[in-house]
Amino acid sequence: MELRSNTPAGPIEKKWEKHRFEMKLVNPANKRKHRIIVVGSGLAGASAAASMAELGYDVECFCYQDSPRRAHSIAAQGGINAAKNYQNDGDSVFRLFYDTVKGGDFRAREGNVYRLAETSVQIIDQCVAQGVPFAREYGGLLANRSFGGAQVSRTFYARGQTGQQLLLGAYSALERQIGLGKVKMFPRHEMLEPILVDGKARGIVVRDMVSGKFESRLGDAVVLATGGYGSVFYLATYAKGCNATAIWRAYKKGAAFGNPCYTQIHPTCIPVHGEYQSKLTLMSESLRNDGRIWVPKKQGDTRAPGQIPEDERDYYLERKYPSYGNLAPRDIASRAAKQACDDGRGVGPGGRGVYLDFSDAIGRLGEDAIREKYGNLFDMYERITAENPYKVPMRIYPASHYTMGGLWVDYNLMSTIPGLHVIGEANFSDHGANRLGASALMQGLADGYFIIPYTIGNYLASEKLDKVAADHPEVKKAEAEVVERTRRFLAINGNRTVDEFHRALGRIMWEHCGMARNEKGLEAALQKIPALREEFWQDVRVLGQNEELNQSLEKAGRVADFLELGELMCLDALERRESCGGHFREEFQTADGEALRDDQAFCHVAAWEYAGPGKKPVRHVEALEFENAHLATRSYK
Amino acid sequence: MSTNGKSLNLTLHVWRQKDARSAGRFVTYEAKDISPDMSFLEMLDVVNEGLIQKREDPIAFDHDCREGICGTCGVVINGSPHGPRRATTACQLHMRSFKDGAVLTLEPWRAKAFPVVKDLIVDRGALDRIIAAGGFVSVGTGNAPDANAIPIAKQSAELAMDAAACIGCGACVAACPNASAMLFTSAKVSQLALLPQGQPERYDRVRKMTAQMDAEGFGHCTNHGECEAACPKDISVSNIARMNRDFIKASVIAGARATRAGDSAAG
Repeated sequence: MELRSNTPAGPIEKKWEKHRFEMKLVNPANKRKHRIIVVGSGLAGASAAASMAELGYDVECFCYQDSPRRAHSIAAQGGINAAKNYQNDGDSVFRLFYDTVKGGDFRAREGNVYRLAETSVQIIDQCVAQGVPFAREYGGLLANRSFGGAQVSRTFYARGQTGQQLLLGAYSALERQIGLGKVKMFPRHEMLEPILVDGKARGIVVRDMVSGKFESRLGDAVVLATGGYGSVFYLATYAKGCNATAIWRAYKKGAAFGNPCYTQIHPTCIPVHGEYQSKLTLMSESLRNDGRIWVPKKQGDTRAPGQIPEDERDYYLERKYPSYGNLAPRDIASRAAKQACDDGRGVGPGGRGVYLDFSDAIGRLGEDAIREKYGNLFDMYERITAENPYKVPMRIYPASHYTMGGLWVDYNLMSTIPGLHVIGEANFSDHGANRLGASALMQGLADGYFIIPYTIGNYLASEKLDKVAADHPEVKKAEAEVVERTRRFLAINGNRTVDEFHRALGRIMWEHCGMARNEKGLEAALQKIPALREEFWQDVRVLGQNEELNQSLEKAGRVADFLELGELMCLDALERRESCGGHFREEFQTADGEALRDDQAFCHVAAWEYAGPGKKPVRHVEALEFENAHLATRSYK
Repeated sequence: MSTNGKSLNLTLHVWRQKDARSAGRFVTYEAKDISPDMSFLEMLDVVNEGLIQKREDPIAFDHDCREGICGTCGVVINGSPHGPRRATTACQLHMRSFKDGAVLTLEPWRAKAFPVVKDLIVDRGALDRIIAAGGFVSVGTGNAPDANAIPIAKQSAELAMDAAACIGCGACVAACPNASAMLFTSAKVSQLALLPQGQPERYDRVRKMTAQMDAEGFGHCTNHGECEAACPKDISVSNIARMNRDFIKASVIAGARATRAGDSAAG
């Protein structure tokens, strides 16, 4: 396997412009002859499907939800970054590029990140034109707020519902194309296998989740926009249906998996409160604009927060990182919370929590101002915890939130399988080892609106793609694989539910491959996961049949894939013998507990190639070069 | 997490229906040892795990984000869509809202335009088709002027955001005695009518969306206001008034157009 990034030569600010000129075009009259299959309808998938349909391609779009509007991009709260410099505070495309590379701890590809920063500006224009109701100042112009890892205000937002509003914008563009007959939408359809013909991605096998019917859909290119795999931890801020099946099936057919160990544990989530818990809820990073994070200075201090005097509180982020304070990047803020709790200074039941306190901001700005900015988040917190955050500080703890790793793609967002493109969180591309807040929405929409519509044309114009017959042996083979897997799930008839296995996997992953990792723990996990997987295939109980709506069967397929992916994550984490961003190996840290990178040995992307059942996957590397954002120790002090 | 209250025992009468073609019926289950800190859907998870242990078919219910924003979940609890708590989705409803020994009847959204798929799951595709009929600004990718080129009064932007907060769950339809989708449709109509970007297509939009709404078999609004009371996002019925105004204007405009077309044909 050869990893060619295909990043264009030349100065960084000219690369994308040059590439857009050099890419081949598909004649407008020929575009409708090309069918493109888009899997997923979140920010990346919906914007890609709509934009490619506007260009004239024949698009089919698939999602497991009952409507494309429900994809989990909708839950993003805080905002979207763009280098508009509307605040006149010194922002620029280069600064956004630099902040993103630095935030990712110098483990992302420069060319991609620069293009992302460049495109950010157009995204805001596009969304405003669609009628996205961004927050505004009294003069009628757009408002901004600050997010972690930046010292400028470049985050655009729509209350605490930015993801929802951006997704509804992309969804409305998609629905317009559906109404025009340019996109055929398949809700409640789950992709279970890619179809490769002559080594190229030519279609997918889907299951109609209502009737259970399997169907192959064929086309000239496939775009996966299926999101991240953070639900491998079971408890996560992801939606319950989020899964890795599409990317994992593609991996097993030859798409390299980039940096699987790069996961983001978000610092501000509502803490776990019971065994039965099914998910964790994020409290937006934007709250760190006005909320101050602290724990008691004393270990085991069980006084109510209001009873703890100011000088007995440790505002540990402000103390350790005075220049960024509470807006330190996510990986750093999460680790600091873990350290405080490990030190016995955590608050709340079980001591796994820290305070996020708004009393200063309420005193300074008034309760109404805080309500206007964060009202819906405060309400959500109150609904879940039965505590009023206007009166008592929120309690928060880190949780699995995002995965920077994903399928490896080149500059054209194409995987190592020709024709298989991967966009949004599903790819590994732009965030290195840690993603900055408000950058996921930016990347999803950049990929979907402004990158894939160009690069897909270049692929289609460069390849000779004969029509694939519905009864082609490769189509039949993929269908047979899906039928056989389904049969196996239903035939096991064991004693434990799918959720029990998912929880057990989540516990292993959180303990050994979570916020802190070490060789011993990872090796233990690499023993435990295959054993658990073995038990799953012996003892899982999936009732009912395929030919009906069967939620246990849906979950079984997803958890079976997580049980394989979890192992690859641990393997990748074990072999990356350094700490960088969200990947913190306890053996590699500075004297004051910061991540210690090893640029000599690990300034590269690790991309894993599937080698067959029972065989160790092959680790390939793509060297990373930093010509514009020079390698430096990340400091937020 | 602060309540640490005593666990609850509940009786559930749950609508079970194999698929769209089969007849449905209520089946009674006991939900035992339920923590008051569980969400309503976590309570159903516990019941389902118990059913699977007994080799019985678990209750099918729609859900996804479990944080009140995707609009997937929805169950009628003792006659109220999303249950008793105001402005709260079923996934954000917690068991501390119920008393020990409570008897709960769980049903799917009931409306002609929302056929039952299985148990508590319905098909809400009609709402997507209303959006596809006109719930958008026709702006192709790459066509946009600078985002700050058109200032928008903060108050208009805030009102548009209030309307845009709709999550498309369909509780308004389930709550309405006429199974009307007016609150849903008017929320999108209002959002775009309040913003300058929405003006060029304003009157076409309202006509197309209401026509689709009728074609899907939703009823008409007779001002009960049940929709607003059930809405988990507090969408106001004043949006319906705004849509009605625009609809009347649109009809006048369409009438005038037809007259002009008639005049020029005659001339």
